[in-house]
Amino acid sequence: MPAHPPRTLFIPRPRPRLLPASSPLAPFTPRPPRPSSPPTPSRPLAHDAAEPPPPGGHLPSVATSRLLRTSRDAALRAPAITWNDEPDALRDEPGTHTARQTRKMNTYQAVRDAMAIALLKDDSALVFGEDVAFGGVFRCTMNLAEEFGRDRVFNTPLTEQGIAGFGIGLAAMGHTAIAEIQFSDYIYPAFDQLVNEAAKLRYRTGGAYNVGALTVRAPTMSVGHGGLYHSQSPEGFFLGAAGIKIVIPRSPLQAKGLLLASIRDPNPVIFLEPKILYRSAIEQVPTADFELPLGKAEVLLPGDALTLLSYGTPLYHCEAALSLLRTPPPALDALVPPSLRSAKIELIDLRTIMPWDLPTVLRSVAKTRRLVIVHEAGRSGGVGAEIASEVMNRLFLQLEAPVRRVTGWDTPVPLAFEKFYIPDAVRILDSVLETLQY
Amino acid sequence: MLRRAPRPLRPRLAARLCQPQPQPPRRTSSTSTTPGTSTSPTATHRPHPPSPPAHGHLPGAPRSALTTELHFFNSVLEGQQIPTYRVVDGNGDVVQGAEVPDVGREFARRLYETMMMLPSLDTVLYSAQRHGSISFYMTTHGEEASVVGSAAALEPTDEVLGQYRELGVLLWRGYPLSSIMAQVFSSTDDSATKGRQMPVHFGSPPHHFHTISSPLATQIPQAAGVAYALKRDPARRGSVAVCYFGEGAASEGDFHAGLGMASVLGGPCIFFCRNNGFAISTPAAEQYAGDGIAARGPGYGVYTIRVDGNDAWAVYNAVKEARRLTLENQKPVLVEAMTYRVGHHSTSDDSYAYRAKQEVEDWKRVDNPLFRLRKYLEARGWWSAEEESALRLSQRKEIMAAFQHAEARPKPPLGEMLRDVWGGEEPWMLREQREELRGLLGKYGAVWEPWRRELARFEGGGRDVMHPGAEGVGVGVEEDPDEPQ
Repeated sequence: MPAHPPRTLFIPRPRPRLLPASSPLAPFTPRPPRPSSPPTPSRPLAHDAAEPPPPGGHLPSVATSRLLRTSRDAALRAPAITWNDEPDALRDEPGTHTARQTRKMNTYQAVRDAMAIALLKDDSALVFGEDVAFGGVFRCTMNLAEEFGRDRVFNTPLTEQGIAGFGIGLAAMGHTAIAEIQFSDYIYPAFDQLVNEAAKLRYRTGGAYNVGALTVRAPTMSVGHGGLYHSQSPEGFFLGAAGIKIVIPRSPLQAKGLLLASIRDPNPVIFLEPKILYRSAIEQVPTADFELPLGKAEVLLPGDALTLLSYGTPLYHCEAALSLLRTPPPALDALVPPSLRSAKIELIDLRTIMPWDLPTVLRSVAKTRRLVIVHEAGRSGGVGAEIASEVMNRLFLQLEAPVRRVTGWDTPVPLAFEKFYIPDAVRILDSVLETLQY
Repeated sequence: MLRRAPRPLRPRLAARLCQPQPQPPRRTSSTSTTPGTSTSPTATHRPHPPSPPAHGHLPGAPRSALTTELHFFNSVLEGQQIPTYRVVDGNGDVVQGAEVPDVGREFARRLYETMMMLPSLDTVLYSAQRHGSISFYMTTHGEEASVVGSAAALEPTDEVLGQYRELGVLLWRGYPLSSIMAQVFSSTDDSATKGRQMPVHFGSPPHHFHTISSPLATQIPQAAGVAYALKRDPARRGSVAVCYFGEGAASEGDFHAGLGMASVLGGPCIFFCRNNGFAISTPAAEQYAGDGIAARGPGYGVYTIRVDGNDAWAVYNAVKEARRLTLENQKPVLVEAMTYRVGHHSTSDDSYAYRAKQEVEDWKRVDNPLFRLRKYLEARGWWSAEEESALRLSQRKEIMAAFQHAEARPKPPLGEMLRDVWGGEEPWMLREQREELRGLLGKYGAVWEPWRRELARFEGGGRDVMHPGAEGVGVGVEEDPDEPQ
């Protein structure tokens, strides 16, 4: 790093334009920062002119999402997939997928499938939590108790701190503990057990004990009508709990592969399942035992104009926003400058929130020089703050625009106002436009 | 007294619900429960059920006997406190009718010698803290019989989850003094916590003693999980989980969670409460209004006993029987040992700020667990004054040798600060932060006096971080090939 001349805080320093003329960003003429309030639209914003959301509030874009792998071949070619089905007869020749099967599953079925495999292959594995024995309030444990016995899949008393503590005890004895917290909103009674005990156990015992065999599953994020306590995204609260991993899948295939990896990871993992996707996200999922790597983000759509980074449910809002950008509906036509519509946006699914995949994010932002982070949790102290700070530290001179965060507001998740709380497609679109035009 | 007949049930529902319950009543109310005895005018117009309803019908309490007596149960106010089991009195004499455990001379002597080791250790380490050699310490003064007596009744492979005042369990299991000293001094030999935790946070998998942590009561639901694991594992059949905690910790939600989980889910588990009358400055009277901790056990459907915690043989008998019970039923057992915290809460506490010094002195004299056991041994000719002074001398010598050795040892390699956080591949942030620390040490390690002085106390003087790889201790800081520069 060359030494900078001393400068005072208020002398504006010319921003280095490191973009080569051949860059795909070259057509965008740099503009001065725009006022924070957007121009008054000539016509009212028409996202409500489209079909109204169903009463359940599920995401209209999920059903048609291209992020989902709807063919067997696509499912079997999921990036970074590793197979644990050892028999030679099932082993494919490289590049072929002749033997392995897939099945159409929604997210809860994929989660159930992962736990069934874990229980089948590991006699010490146990699944427990509130109401899991009859199949779970989201059906993620359907028939597991019948299949594996009530001593392996069982209800606990209604006590989250008890569930977490019990799981820690099991895991400390080397048993695979798969605990369920009914809603991530109710994980806080277990916060002490997870942050003070599970996260610190390996460290404080000098490595003599560990609870790597503990996985805590919990449904998360908004569901259309969850209000304050059935909508939360608590992942940010666990960011500082060194020793714990936090994983959030975006789809059935991801849920199965990441959950199996979480169950077998040598660290306690908090696995947060976006509950709105339990039924709405459907894709082909390999029936075999497979894993997806923890700590690795996935580039879903390649691009060079801007990096759009998210995880869980908002990825579908991001996809919708990119569609609005490419082909804005008439209502948004005036608000989306034609010069920006062909901008190629790189969409990244972070997948593991902690420890997150810095190299992939840096590689992308070094290329695109613009970053928008999207999550449902409130902004202050959220995951976006952590990522923005690290990216800014490393790519300060390369950034063409400030890192933007599209997040829930710093309020509890409200019931009647949810449509205006969540980072939906139009909010993401707006941030993308503002960032491209910065 | 207000009395009222139970409201008659609707006939069809009543007929169905008043069928004999699968489980027979344990106890019937002395008061008649037949609706026919009611003075209610409507009752005479309704058909009587075939048999009088003896029990409640709702699923929350199916075995509850029905009664016409409007009575609010309170074991404390009704003087139905749980009695305290005792074998030996304050003078070491066996109480009439009590059964002394069938243990031989050597076992009894070993129990006493282990109990005696605690105050000897406590005295040395307490003053070591006062002189600044160690940062913190907590004594067991007054609770020697509770801790060692219970440990003696356990098998050495029983899984122990403690609070922090259970060093006696480790001593009974042969945990070496060198390990104790290494932990309290945070020396490089501290395999229990690698210098990461405060003193007295011991732990040792070979001794089946789960590493202590400071947050109170967190070990209680964990013990329920350990017990469940023992129940499931055929290789561990015959082992039990033992969970120690104080009466203050029992006010934490985790106590409720742990007993609830253990009683419902089962598994061999002994919950052992050291009720020493104080949680730091808070007397037991400000901790609970009920009949101590024991009275809560039956509320969870847990076999419960209260025992004289200053009576080593009572504690031994109770825990021995608790162990048998919990193994037989695969259900938890609660033992409340009543004792007195003679020492200060910790070295950070002056207990005379909230209790009279005279009171403590009286306790030491009037009801001293060590004195009681010594008298018992002496009465059998198993111990003598000469042996007493010889023991004190030899223990003190042993302790001082271990103390001096540990005091002279360096702290662990500095790189231990950043290890064992995550298992498996080390995340980038730790790799990077080690590198950041390396840079800082290179810049300031030799010139910034507070660091320079401190580094000299670590094994290798911090070189494992400053020159990774050179010491064979540090993890090499590798450039991530993926990471753009």
